[in-house]
Formats: sequence, C-alpha cells, structure tokens
Amino acid sequence: MKVQKLKKSPIFINVGERTNVTGSARFKKLILNGDFSEALDVARQQVEAGAQIIDINMDEAMLDSEQAMVTFLNLIASEPDISRVPIMIDSSKWSVIEAGLKCVQGKAVVNSISMKEGKENFIAQARLIKNYGAAAVVMAFDEQGQADTCARKVEICTKSYEILVNEAGFPPEDIIFDPNIFAVATGIEEHNNYGVDFIEATRKIKETLPHAHVSGGVSNVSFSFRGNNPVREAMHSVFLYHAIQAGMDMGIVNAGLITVYSEIPADLRERVEDVILNRRPDATDRLLDIAAQFKGEKGVQLTEDLSWREKPVEKRLSHSLVKGITAYIEEDTEEARQKSGKAIEVIEGPLMDGMNVVGDLFGSGQMFLPQVVKSARVMKQAVAYLLPFIEAEKATSGEISTKGKILMATVKGDVHDIGKNIVGVVLQCNNYEIVDLGVMVSYDKILQTARDEKVDIIGLSGLITPSLEEMAQVAEEMQRQDFTIPVMIGGATTSKIHTAVKIAPHYDHPIVHVLDASRAVGVASNLLSKTHKQDFVAKISGEYQGLRAAHARGQKKKDRITIGECRDNKFPLDWDNYTPPKPSFLGVKSFDDFDLGKLVNHIDWTPFFRTWELTGHYPKILTDNVVGEIARNLFADAEAMLKSIQDEKWLTARAVIGFWPANAVGDDVMLYTDDSRKEILERVPFLRQQIRKREGSYNMCLADYMAPESSGKADYLGGFVVTAGLGIEEKLKEFQAKFDDFNDILLKSLADRLAEAFAEQMHEQVRKEYWGYAKDETLSNQELIRERYDGIRPAPGYPACPDHTTKPALFELLDGTNNAGVTLTDSMAMLPASSVSGYYFSHPKAQYFGIGKIGEDQLEDYAKRRGIDLKDARRWLASNII
Amino acid sequence: MSQRIAMLKEALEQRILVLDGAMGTMIQRHKLTEADYRGDRFRDWTQDVKGNNDLLTLTQPEIIMDIHRQYYAAGSDIVETNSFNSTKVSQADYGMEDLAYELNKEGASIARIVADEVTAENPGKPRFVAGTLGPTSRTASLSPDVNNPAFRNVSFDELTSNYIEATKGLIEGGADIIMIETIFDTLNAKAAIFAINKTFSDLAVKLPVMISGTITDASGRTLSGQTAEAFWYSVRHAAPLTIGFNCALGARELRQHIVSVSKIADCGISAHPNAGLPNEMGEYDESPAEMSAQLNEWANSGLLNIVGGCCGTEPAHIKAIADAVLGVKPRAIPVIEPHMRLSGLEPFEVIQQ
Repeated sequence: MKVQKLKKSPIFINVGERTNVTGSARFKKLILNGDFSEALDVARQQVEAGAQIIDINMDEAMLDSEQAMVTFLNLIASEPDISRVPIMIDSSKWSVIEAGLKCVQGKAVVNSISMKEGKENFIAQARLIKNYGAAAVVMAFDEQGQADTCARKVEICTKSYEILVNEAGFPPEDIIFDPNIFAVATGIEEHNNYGVDFIEATRKIKETLPHAHVSGGVSNVSFSFRGNNPVREAMHSVFLYHAIQAGMDMGIVNAGLITVYSEIPADLRERVEDVILNRRPDATDRLLDIAAQFKGEKGVQLTEDLSWREKPVEKRLSHSLVKGITAYIEEDTEEARQKSGKAIEVIEGPLMDGMNVVGDLFGSGQMFLPQVVKSARVMKQAVAYLLPFIEAEKATSGEISTKGKILMATVKGDVHDIGKNIVGVVLQCNNYEIVDLGVMVSYDKILQTARDEKVDIIGLSGLITPSLEEMAQVAEEMQRQDFTIPVMIGGATTSKIHTAVKIAPHYDHPIVHVLDASRAVGVASNLLSKTHKQDFVAKISGEYQGLRAAHARGQKKKDRITIGECRDNKFPLDWDNYTPPKPSFLGVKSFDDFDLGKLVNHIDWTPFFRTWELTGHYPKILTDNVVGEIARNLFADAEAMLKSIQDEKWLTARAVIGFWPANAVGDDVMLYTDDSRKEILERVPFLRQQIRKREGSYNMCLADYMAPESSGKADYLGGFVVTAGLGIEEKLKEFQAKFDDFNDILLKSLADRLAEAFAEQMHEQVRKEYWGYAKDETLSNQELIRERYDGIRPAPGYPACPDHTTKPALFELLDGTNNAGVTLTDSMAMLPASSVSGYYFSHPKAQYFGIGKIGEDQLEDYAKRRGIDLKDARRWLASNII
Repeated sequence: MSQRIAMLKEALEQRILVLDGAMGTMIQRHKLTEADYRGDRFRDWTQDVKGNNDLLTLTQPEIIMDIHRQYYAAGSDIVETNSFNSTKVSQADYGMEDLAYELNKEGASIARIVADEVTAENPGKPRFVAGTLGPTSRTASLSPDVNNPAFRNVSFDELTSNYIEATKGLIEGGADIIMIETIFDTLNAKAAIFAINKTFSDLAVKLPVMISGTITDASGRTLSGQTAEAFWYSVRHAAPLTIGFNCALGARELRQHIVSVSKIADCGISAHPNAGLPNEMGEYDESPAEMSAQLNEWANSGLLNIVGGCCGTEPAHIKAIADAVLGVKPRAIPVIEPHMRLSGLEPFEVIQQ
C-alpha cells in the first residue's frame, strides 16, 4: 500500500481506559473490594502516562453503579493531579451518567447515548447533557441495532447529527461519533471487512458532518488474539495508523498496548495490514501462521540512553553540564585536556561554552534553578580536576579571562546564606568570578578584600531586618573610603524601596537592588558593560529618585494617630467572662535530640520550592505544566537527603520551652517569679500599630491578648527556642570540599524547613499537652500550615513584634544556649541558622498581624520601657520608623 | 421586559456598562443593631439575625433602596439585588430558609422601583437590575471533611432546587438580568445554570445571564482548582451575556485572568474586582483614583464590556470607574472557531484536523 502524505499532522486524543470495570480486571477487583485509594492510583498512572481524558465506567452487576460512580468522581475531585484532565463518564445506564454529571465541575464527555431507544429519548438526553454542560459520544446504534457496515454507520450517524443539531440544539463540535469497532480475524468471513467499514465510515463522517469527531474502542479490533500482546499491539497500531489518517481523532486506548507503526517487524506488519485492510482472503490464516513466533517476545527493556557518549568530547562536556551529569566529567575533562594540550583552554573553551548554554537556557526560562545548581556542580568538579594542571602551566599562561569579579558576602550579624549562594552559583554559570566571603562579614573585611582582590562589584546579602542597617553602614563606609565600584543588594528582607530610601543615599555610586537570582546576571552585566552602564545607572538612579519622592509623599499622606489614641482603640477582649488556661508546668523544659522522623511529615514544602525560585503551591507544583518536572526531581532529591539526614544522623534537633505567670500592664507583658504574682521576673515590652483604623477595627498590640493585671485573672506567657541545625557545619564542609553547591544549598534549605516544622510540631504539643488548652485538636498538615488553631507563636524580629533585641531576654529566660544549643550573634541572628524562637500566646482570638510604621512618640515611649537609648531603638526598629 | 432587554443589549454595543460596588460596607455605615435587623416583623425571632444583610430587604428596605440610589447616582447602569445569601442553604444559618423566595422577589422588586425612578429622571440612560445568585455557603465539589474526601455537604440537586426558587423570585420581582457571581466552585455555578434554564423554560421567559467567577489567590485558580480558561469552558453552555471575575483579587492581580478569558470568550466580559488586596488588617484600601486608573487602562486595552467593584468599593469608586470608562469603546466580541473545548481543572481543546 502507498503511504499517503498528509497535509497536516493528524491530531489524536488518547482516552485512558484503565478506570473501567468492564475492561480492567484489576480495576474491577479494586472497586468491588472498596479499595478506592488503589483505584485512584490507577487513574493517576493513566494521567501520568499521557491520557488526555480518562474514561470511568462502573457498569458491573455486583456494584451499585450509581453510588460507585459518585464516590469515585468525588474522590477524583480532590486529587488535582488526576482531575486536571477532563472526565469521560461511561455507562450504558442513563441514571449512572446523570449521577456522574452532577459530580464534575469541568466540562466532561458522556459515553454514550444513541437512538437505540428511539428518537424522543435521544433528544431528551441530549438536551440534558447540554444543560449539564458536557459533550457526548454518540454510538452508531438505532432501534434496528448496532451498525456494522460502512453504509449503516454513516446512515445512523448522519441521522443522529441532524437530530442533535437541528432539533436538540446540540453544538456539533461537542458530538463524538463512535461508529463501532468490531473484532476482525475471527474466522467468520462476514467479520473480515469490519476494520475497513470503520475506517471508511470515519472518512465519510468527517467529510460530511462538520465539526463532529470520531472515536472508538481500539482494543476490540484485536479481540481474537487475546493472550498474544505483541500481535495485538501491532494490530492496534496498524488500525490506528489508517483510522487516524481517515479522520479518527479520539480513541479509548491502553497506551501501554501500542507499538510504533514503523517499528513493527516488516513481515508481521504486512500480515496485520492484510487483516485490518481486508486485502486478501487468506489474511487471517497467514497472520495466525506467524502469530505464535511473536508470542513470547518481551517488550524492549528500557535502558539509559547513552547515545550522547558517542559524540565528540566538546559535545559531551556540554551535555554533562546542561543535564547536570557528574558521572563522566573527569574522564571527559581529561580527554579534552589531552586534546587541547592546555588545561586553561578547556575551561575557556568547551566548559565555558557549555556554561553559556546553561546561562542562556536559564535566562530564557527553559532551565530552572535546581538544574542550574546541578550544572554548576559539574562545572566546579571539572575546574577542580584541572586546577593542578593549571598551577603547573601557570608559568606560561595568564589568568583566566572572566566577565568580572564579584565579591559576595552576608553582612555582619547575619548567618543566612542560601540566597547568596544561589546568586553566586548563577553568576559563576555566567562566567563571573566569585569571591565568596561567607556569612557574618564585617564591613572592614568586605572593603579590605574588595581592594586586595580588585573586585568589580560588591554583592551584599541578608535575611534579618538588622542586616538592612548593616548594609547602609557598608554603603556609608564605601563613600568615606572613596570607593567607586557598584553594589548589589539582595536577600529576603531587602526591597527596591528600602534600597532606594535607606541605602542608596549613602553612596554616590550605583547601588542596585536585585530581586532574585535570575535577575543577578542582567544587573551584573549592565553594571560592567562599557556601552550600557551609563544608561543603566541613569535609569536606576532615576527610578530610585522617583521611589524616594513617592515615599516621602506617602509618609505625609499616611494618617497616623498618637500612641495615646491607639491605646484607647486596643483590641477589646471580655476578660470578665474568660479564664486563661494554666500550663501543665511553670519554668522550662528542654528536649534533647528530638526525633527528626516526627518532623519530616510536618514540613511545609511550598516555601522550600520558593527558596529554589520555583513558584507554586505544594503539591500542585509537582504537576505544574512548566516547572512540574523540575519540582518533582528536586522533591525526589530532597526526600532522598531527608532519609540520609535521619539514617545517618546528619542533624540534631533540640528545643526548650517555658511558661511563666504573666499579666499585661499597658503595652508590656510582665512575667512574675511565681503564681503569687508579687515579684516581677521580666518585663516584655511590645509595640502597637499606629495607623488610623476604620471604625470597628483596632490598633493591635500583642499585649492585648494577655489578661491585664487589673482584670485579676491569672494568665501566662510561653516562650520557645527550637533548632534543627545542630551538626550541619560538618556536613556542609564535606559538600564544599567536593564543590557540591547543590547539596550544600539543599541541606541548608531542608534544615530551615525542619526547624519550621519543629516550631510547628512543638506548638502543637504545647497546645495539646504542655499548655494543654486544646487537647482534642485534630488538624491536618494543611490546616496547620494555614494556622487554623487557637493561640499564636510570634517571633521577635517578625511583623507582630519587630524588635530583635528582645531575643537575649527570651534566651536568658529559657537558657536557650545551654538547653537548646542555640546562640545569638551581635545582630541577633540565631546560630545555627536553622532555628526558630518566639513567644506563645494562648488566647483563642489571638492572631498574627504586622505593626507597620510607628510614630516618634511611640518610639520614645518604647525606648523608655525597654530601658535603651533612643538612638539604639531607632537603629533596631529602622524599618518600622516613618 | 423584552423591551428592556433590547435596550440593555443596545447599550452594551455602544458603551462599557457600569455595575455597582460593595453592599456590605455600605450597610455597615448604618451601624445597625440586632433590633434594626429584626424590625417589627421578626421581633420575636428565636435566633440572632444581625449580620443577615439580605434580611434588611424586608426589615429596612429604605436603607437598601438608598444604597441602590447612591450607586445609580454615582453612575451605575446596573445594580445588583441584595440577595447574595438569599438561598435556603445560606438562610438556614438564621433559621430563615422559608423566606428565600420572598427575599429574592422583594430584593428584585425594591431595586426595580429605584431603577425605574432613576430612569424616569433621565430616560436617556436606562438603568437595569441584575438579580444576584450567590455561591451559597457550601461547595458541591469539595469535601468539608479532610478525612473523607468523597463526602459532600450539599448535592447538585439540592443546589438546583435552591437556585430555582431564588431565580423564580428574582424574575417575578422584576430583575432584568440573572447574575451568578462570586463562584468559588464551578459545580455550584453549573447547578445554578441548570436551575436558571429550568426556570426560564417553566416561566416561558428568557433573561440575559451574567456569570462571574472568583480566582481565589495568586495560584490563579478558583477555590475548586480550575484555571480561568477551564472555568469558562465549564460554563460556556449557558450562552451568557458576559463571563468575568469578581472578588478575592484587586484589579492588579485580576487583570491577567480577565485577559485569558477575553481571548477565548465569544460573549461580553465583566469584571468587578476588590479595592486592592486586603491589608494586614483585612481591609481594602485602594483609593477610587488608584482603582479607576487601572480599569481605565483595561478599558483602553479593549478588555471590558461591564465593569464595577466588589469588596471595599463604595460610590466614590464607582463614580471614578464610571468616569474612567466613559467614552471608551467596549470590547468587540471575537469570533471563536467551533472546536470541542473540554475541561478538568485545566482547559483542553480538541482542534479539528
């Protein structure tokens, strides 16, 4: 037969058939046993395997089919990775179809209706389907029976079409004809032409009935070869090959039971084709003759595709870099070195070329951060391998040429460096040389190194609010010391507006805020460009000027009221009718070596992905169209590392919690030495919101959640320090020695998540047990993440109590250093970095809020209450001051 | 009635029509007490009814009519009836499920009186009433019980019968349009569409239908998980006058979703965003000027046929919006090829060979 060339490539929609009790013995067994969770896995596997629609059929005599359909569809609705695709509701009973239509929010397909029970019924059902908002499969079936010949198929479909479109008002594009695929090669002569009948009817329907579609159950055709999958697969693929060309655009197909048409052995293909196309009278016998010899043949084993190893060494290096494969990097690097004769040229040549590809792919959104970090790991291993050779060659070669040298540092007092390391990796991938000074770097060291190393740009990073002040300090010093090189600012608390208002004015040269790692390359290249720098700097400086002006205007406009007025508008709680719960103990309790296994299930994964610059909610992100695959790979890496963290005890988690008798006095919470409440142990001052509020909303302060002394009620304040980062340094050193940025960043980001999970877990135990006011609380992890519980755990330095300097008092109360192994830096950052500390408030109405900007009157009042200089208060609360 | 529908369709071809703004914040201004909510008629009701804003249609009709009047005065072409929660399911919270029909009928009827009054003052600008069907307090495709994901606390049939009763009341009270709004769960909206079609055929009338979904957050999905496109494909069989979105997001965040449906919908586009995102205290504080500037840009980009405001918007916002879209050409309705378009949580289009 001649293969016809098609004008357009045909489109074929693959409907998953495994969730059908009539077609899958396994699915039937699961449903009959009520094992819906396994049954859902069947649906999920189909979608993962590429089914674009899933067919669901519950027509089984032993089942309440209506109920089974409803239950299964309801369950699917809560599985986003299944319900993302449209549903085909498949039943021969109208009542089951209608029950199904009432469960799906999407636009589904009904499978099927037909004229077998007469025209009136057909129209009524079609109208209902339209009203439920679904498309329909229409069988070539009427009161005389199922159509078998091409002429009958076309006749019934044409008649159905006219009734649907003209009488029922059904949209023609929502009609899918099923002109019946019957088994061929059954030994009965009348069956021999069934394949041809279907294919020809399809052609006719597509030609004469505009917008309608054609579908069919493909596996029927090979029914007589049950037990011989290779022959069945060949029959399906030959049948589809011809039917699709005739216009069949949808089919119920087991994707696992199809082979590629061109890969069918020639003799088998020829004989199958004879059968399907009914080309010779002895076609069936001839197929039977050879069928047995294919029966035992197993499918080709899936093996890793190593064809790229055949390519030239430059291509192989590029492949390893882009794919992040370390397995061959040393041998390929060595081969390239021998070929070139000079180690330096391997870096400047093929390795840099490969990294440029990575940089371009990342820049254009075709690669994502976790992949780039893996590429960098490959690069670093290659460079490490070459270094000794380069040293040896140094006499004859110069320095490696790069686009520029960038100093990176997390500023003094701050220990957070995940973001900084990511930016460093991305810049290295783009051929910048990075001088990384690590964390807690004083400005002296930053500026001295900048001078000694002759760097082109300084990059400053920080996560906690005091770091903002430290960055301004660096800028001031740079001005004083007559620096002229540009500065890049980044990190979670930094912002464009803060950079413009608080940092940039200190320095006469460019200071640019960099939102995330993906922007770093653009900013660096502009700052170092001979041609673009001037325009870029002028643009940024204009923009920042505008931001400063807008900020100044905004400050004037913002309606703030006096602290006195704010206190009059405190959050009202009815203390007369409320008795605060008493904790199960007073004083402190420590937890050494908390079981990490208990924390793993409490991890909130969404921020983890955000750290890696993959945006989206977990678990939806795992099936995201764009980043889903990357997210799944990263998630798999994370899970594997979590296992090692537990099995090999990489990390130790410790905590301390405490409770003290307490009452509110004004905006302070007073802690007492004991429940007689005579002697004050500690004063914990809080800040109050100071913006003018609408009627009915309040100027919040955490002290409002504490029973006031005047109420006569005994209340309590809790405190905690938890860490999941003990022991991390040792492991990080191991990774750094192997130039393994990927695992370095992965471990830090996981330790952070574990610390957060620990804080969450400890809070839960406090609510249920140690404070014990919510003994019956049962919340899922998602609800916990959404904070659907009573009581809060605000942390010093965060929006509700932004003063970091209250941490030392909290640490002293808890003896956090001895009891949990956590220390504080000068800037009040906790060490290890993966730690969380805060207060516990038990009141059921307590909520998180942000203080926002405060006025000068409150600042003075607060400094007095804290017993610190106004100057210090101003420095620590810089980001809350107008 | 058919004459008003004709006027509405004519007006839509000529200009961008303006909806009203929030009802709740306007009611709050009156600082009503429990006794005010009860009025004489429900003085001895056994449950507290404060907060049942729809009840004010019966007990404080002047307040509701005055709010409608203020929105018309600000430039609204269409006001929405005070019937967002007037279904049996939602009124059950107050033991008032038997009032559902009356709340809808009266809600439409008092809006009708104000609309006719304002139209009489300026016949050149006819004013319309959109009878509102809210989402109800329950969702048909989400389980309220995390341990039993197959469980539902409301069925399609129950929602359908609720919406039939409400739609009947709105039509008989004199609404010009039926508007399904603030749709969190598309299955609820599909029940509403089913109910509307049934009621139209029972009463032998046919009013234009507006459908307005809600994209709940930055995920860009409805609460029940659908993308904007998938949502449109799920409700397209209603052949509505407009499709659009309201609530949950401010104009800035909503724009992309309006753009998405604007490209694929062969009907009008409506939008009534919130006044920005809630601030840390849960208040909406985008000013009329800020909000209307954005909507002016939408209008100039050819995205709008009907526009208004949701949470946090007041007559001042509506006035600014009305001014901002005045004289801007409405979006031209595109011709869409008739392809089969299905959806799960995501859209799926079957393009013909």
